[in-house]
Amino acid sequence: MSDWLSKLSGKANSAEKAKDRLKLVLIHDRTDITPSSLEEMKDEIIKVISNHISIDPELVKIQMLHEGREQRLIADIPIKPRR
Amino acid sequence: MAAKIVTITSGKGGVGKTTATANISVALAQLGQKVVCIDSDIGLRNLDVVLGLENRIVYDLVDVIEGRCRVRQAMIKDKRFDDLYLIPAAQTRDKSAVSPSDMVTLCEQISDEVDWILIDSPAGIERGFKNAIAPAQSVLVVTNPDVSAVRDADRIIGIIEAEEKGPARLIINRLNPQLIKRGDMLDAEDVLDLLAINLVGIVPEDETVIMSTNMGKPAATDEKSLAGQAFRNIARRLMGDDVPLLDLNLKEGIFHKISKIFNTGGE
Repeated sequence: MSDWLSKLSGKANSAEKAKDRLKLVLIHDRTDITPSSLEEMKDEIIKVISNHISIDPELVKIQMLHEGREQRLIADIPIKPRR
Repeated sequence: MAAKIVTITSGKGGVGKTTATANISVALAQLGQKVVCIDSDIGLRNLDVVLGLENRIVYDLVDVIEGRCRVRQAMIKDKRFDDLYLIPAAQTRDKSAVSPSDMVTLCEQISDEVDWILIDSPAGIERGFKNAIAPAQSVLVVTNPDVSAVRDADRIIGIIEAEEKGPARLIINRLNPQLIKRGDMLDAEDVLDLLAINLVGIVPEDETVIMSTNMGKPAATDEKSLAGQAFRNIARRLMGDDVPLLDLNLKEGIFHKISKIFNTGGE
C-alpha cells in the first residue's frame, strides 16, 4: 500500500536504498574484489581473448553474482560474426 | 546426557546478543531443560545483570580456567529456575586470559550434567569470538535490520563457515513493523535474502525488553511481552518444535488501534 504511495510521490523509500547498497557491499566484502579491480580484470580478459578471436570490447560484460552464499564471476563476451 | 552447545554471536556490538542469550536460556529452563549459560565477554560482562544475578557472583570463568575453583563453584543458580545456571565472565581481566581450548575443556566438564550450554560471545572477530565458538556445535547470529548490523553479520557468518562451525542460523532482533510498513526498515525477507542463511526467529522491537532488563528479569518470563514470546518460540525451535513465526503486523495493528482509542497524544 505505502509502496505505491511512495512511488507516486517519487520518493524512493530508504529500506530499498539500504538493500541495494548492502547487496554491493556484501559482494565486495565476501570476495575482496573492488569495482576498480573488476574493471582492471575486464580489460585484461578482453586483451587475452582479442589475441585469439575478434570481439567488441564495448559489449563485454563481467559481473559478480551471488547464489546463496556462493559468489560467481560471470563473463558475457559476444563474438563478432565472421565476414 | 551430552549437552547441546550453542554460541550466540553477532559481529557488531549492541544488537542484542546478551539479551538473546538470557532470554533463550530462561525460555529453555521454562521448558524444563537444564541450562548453563556462559558469559565469555571477559572484561565487559553483562549477562549477570541481565539475568539479575550480579550480586551472587563469587567465582568466574577465569577462576575456573586458572584452577582457583571447581566449575560447580562458579555456576550461579538462577533465582527463578532451579535448573538454570550462569558462569559469569571475569570483569578485571581481558580476552587473553582464556584460550579456545580452555573453553572446550570447560564445556566438556559440564556437558554430562546439563541439556544445554549457551555461550554469550563478545562482539568482534578476534580472540574473544574465537573462544566463544570453539566449543560450539551450532552458532546463532543476532542481527538488527540495519546496514551496519547486517554487514557485520555477513562477515561473521563467513568466518563461522571458514571455522567449520556453520551453517549459522539467524535471529533478527529489534524489528519494527511500523517502520517496515513505511518502507524505512529492511524487512526479514530482505535480510534473509542478503545473508542467505536460515532463520531461527524474529524478535520485534519492544519496550518490555528495556523494562525487564532494568529489573533483571528477562522478558521471556513475562507472558504479555511480545519479544518474550518471540524468544520463547526460538527456544522451542531449538528443541526441534515447528513453531510458526509471530504475526507482528497483526499484533501491531491491534495494539495501534487500541492505543489510538486510549491515547490521542501520539505514541
